[in-house]
Amino acid sequence: MTTDKNAGTRIVINPTTRTMGASQVEVRVKAGRVVDARCGATVFRGFELILRDRDPRDAAYITQRICGICPTAHATAASFAVEDLAGIRPPHNGNLLRNLIFAGDLLQNHIRHFYLFTVPDYVRVPEIRPLTPPSTTDCRLPRAENQRLIDNYFQSIDVSRKAYEIDALLGGKAPHPHGILPGGGSVPVTAITVLNLLSIVKTIYRFIEERMLPDVYTLAEHYPEYFEIGARGVDFLNFGLFPVDPEASAHHFPGAAMIGGRKEAVDSGEISEHLRYTHFEGAPVEHPSRGDTRPNPDKPGGYSWAKAPRYRGRALEGGPLAQLWTCGDYRRGVSVLDRLIARVLLSREVAGLMRKWLTALKPGRPVFSHFQVPKSGVGVGLTGAMRGPLGHWLEVEGGRIKHYQIITPTAWNFSPHDDQGGPGPVEEALIGTPVADPNEPVEIGRVLHSFDPCMSCVAHVIVVDRPVPDRVIVF
Amino acid sequence: MSSRTRPRRALRTEHTPQAAAADADRREKHPLVWLETNTCHGNILSLLNSQNPDFGVLLRELLDLYWSNTLMGAKGFKSIDVLEKVMVERAGEYILVVEGTVPTAAGGRYAYVGLRGNGEPWTVTDAVVELAAAAKHVVAVGSCAAWGLPFGAHPNPTGSKPVSAVVNQPVINVPGCPAHPDWIIGTLAHLVWYGIPELDAENRPVVFYGETIHNLCQRRHYFESGIFAREIGEPWCLYKIGCKGPVTYADCPSRQWSGEHLNWPVGANTPCIGCTSPEFLERTAPFFEHLPDVHLPGVRVRPNQVGLATGVATALGIGLHLAGSLLTGRLQKEWKKGLGKTGSKFRLKRK
Repeated sequence: MTTDKNAGTRIVINPTTRTMGASQVEVRVKAGRVVDARCGATVFRGFELILRDRDPRDAAYITQRICGICPTAHATAASFAVEDLAGIRPPHNGNLLRNLIFAGDLLQNHIRHFYLFTVPDYVRVPEIRPLTPPSTTDCRLPRAENQRLIDNYFQSIDVSRKAYEIDALLGGKAPHPHGILPGGGSVPVTAITVLNLLSIVKTIYRFIEERMLPDVYTLAEHYPEYFEIGARGVDFLNFGLFPVDPEASAHHFPGAAMIGGRKEAVDSGEISEHLRYTHFEGAPVEHPSRGDTRPNPDKPGGYSWAKAPRYRGRALEGGPLAQLWTCGDYRRGVSVLDRLIARVLLSREVAGLMRKWLTALKPGRPVFSHFQVPKSGVGVGLTGAMRGPLGHWLEVEGGRIKHYQIITPTAWNFSPHDDQGGPGPVEEALIGTPVADPNEPVEIGRVLHSFDPCMSCVAHVIVVDRPVPDRVIVF
Repeated sequence: MSSRTRPRRALRTEHTPQAAAADADRREKHPLVWLETNTCHGNILSLLNSQNPDFGVLLRELLDLYWSNTLMGAKGFKSIDVLEKVMVERAGEYILVVEGTVPTAAGGRYAYVGLRGNGEPWTVTDAVVELAAAAKHVVAVGSCAAWGLPFGAHPNPTGSKPVSAVVNQPVINVPGCPAHPDWIIGTLAHLVWYGIPELDAENRPVVFYGETIHNLCQRRHYFESGIFAREIGEPWCLYKIGCKGPVTYADCPSRQWSGEHLNWPVGANTPCIGCTSPEFLERTAPFFEHLPDVHLPGVRVRPNQVGLATGVATALGIGLHLAGSLLTGRLQKEWKKGLGKTGSKFRLKRK
């Protein structure tokens, strides 16, 4: 702990755990509240560099490898980008099959996030590693309710696997299914497939309705102050999630930017990546189609490996809350609990949509549109994803990928300061968070997990290249 | 399985009969450390897809999972403390599973486990070496850990290496992108119950990787009969649109994915992309072309007899039976021999 009259107490949590990938959160606490926060993931992979000079059709499979918990989001964005480049669309069935695979992955993600990553922040856990040593001693649930959440924790493992049965049936395997491709899907529509999938979706829908929803409301009942903690403004960004038709004339969860509560259409030309506080070389502010990934750990002034994406200079948040807010399905507020509740409500809506898609499939009709990859050109693939807006920018020359740039949802949510020194969404949500005991800063973990950060996706991140002063509380 | 009993401090949160029962179970369970390095976490998620037994049962009955960044309750110092203690308290007993490549560029600063008890950052590269030194067995799960790929694919921005290239003891490779849940738990259960399973020259358990996809494929007869799919979604042999089954060792066709054994990529009418192969991405891409891509700058694809032979055979549209016998016979052995030595600096003796 560094305690200084002016600076307050500095707390470093590293690793944060139960995020996808290692990350670090550093906060300064003054008078019991966080006054400054810096977030960073601690992994760098440089996927854009690996994609260079490869066959554009491979991007849908290669980019899945960015993230094991949301591979289909990357496959979808990459497929959109290649289809944009080639000027083609999938057939009706292909669009629905891709939606179903993506949705199966999304349900798997949200069910696992809620139970495996979030619940341990609130409940008394059984004496089973790796749940012990426990995350917190602030466990408020009465015995019976606590036990119910623990039972559902273990049942969720089964149910999330069931969600992946959808991806195995339609995509061959999961994670990293093969069924989302530029051009559509790959599995023919038959009655038995539809019947199998309807049965699986029904089981998952029931679990969400009968277990997950009551469980999140139980947490809300016993931790009501988390409707205030982790708050920030209505500053959201969505790219359309689940096209309603092959032409993507509309989306089931429409794309929009909410700036200070005001809704507007997304103009992807307004996106820029700020580099001032990062370890990347290049023009300080760049549109992602031009952005370059040139790592330099020794760049003066850089404190993070994460680029800071901004929309018209604003730090916008993505995820289930943003997705429901934009279409008007949830408007209570922006906080830790609102994010958790929105995640469950969105999962229920998606499971409902899946039943509709399954019944809209047409047997005997094509699932895949054949196409030739153009020798040169550009393509953009934007989609909503589990954690928010995902964009792939593709440039092809000589039939090969010349430039590939990816901005992930976690890059938006977990972004470092921008060129003006403004904090990223998680950093902003952490500011003002009360910390009762600097030796057990469970509040910080709860705020962080409400965003479901995924360091696998960030791909460029902070490197702790200076030793941490030894009097900092290291958690 | 370890027979050592060890009085250790209990970290109880509640003293209930259930907790006591769990405690009794724990003595029978085998200590495991699951270290995620430079990874997408697809393998721990694949493990969660295990069905018989499911992951909850594995935790309760077979494996005492000390560390998993993705799943553990503790965070920060408390979590690192678990890792630092297990190296001492269960030295020589625990299985170390590594998921992900070992990034060696920039002094290992591209991936961290966290901050150690002394406040120093702990790179995954150092952690792998240190944890492996005290482990009973080291298992590289997924193609990243086993082969250093796909994150080590050209131009290998992170200097990624396989686990076997950085540790000083034998490493059992369980490749796949991700590895099938059965390959993971099957290997772990074998280690716990019977010791080291029979391994091939690349240190892969023969039971899962002893045969090529091509030889096990349900569509093999279409290959023999020369009935080929011309595009994605067609129900015939996918060789001509990129299937890497002839050069990929795994039992996907018979085992099927995931925990429920429902389907596999060729079953979904898409080509096998060779994700278990030591050449994954480099020589198994482009995924939708049936020849290794030799046009990538900086990648030296050695002229390979088999690649050329099959390429020429198919390019000339030579009798498909000929191509078939070429692939299934002599040439396949050549492929096996010709596969890179990426994964196994140190080899285990076969049993």
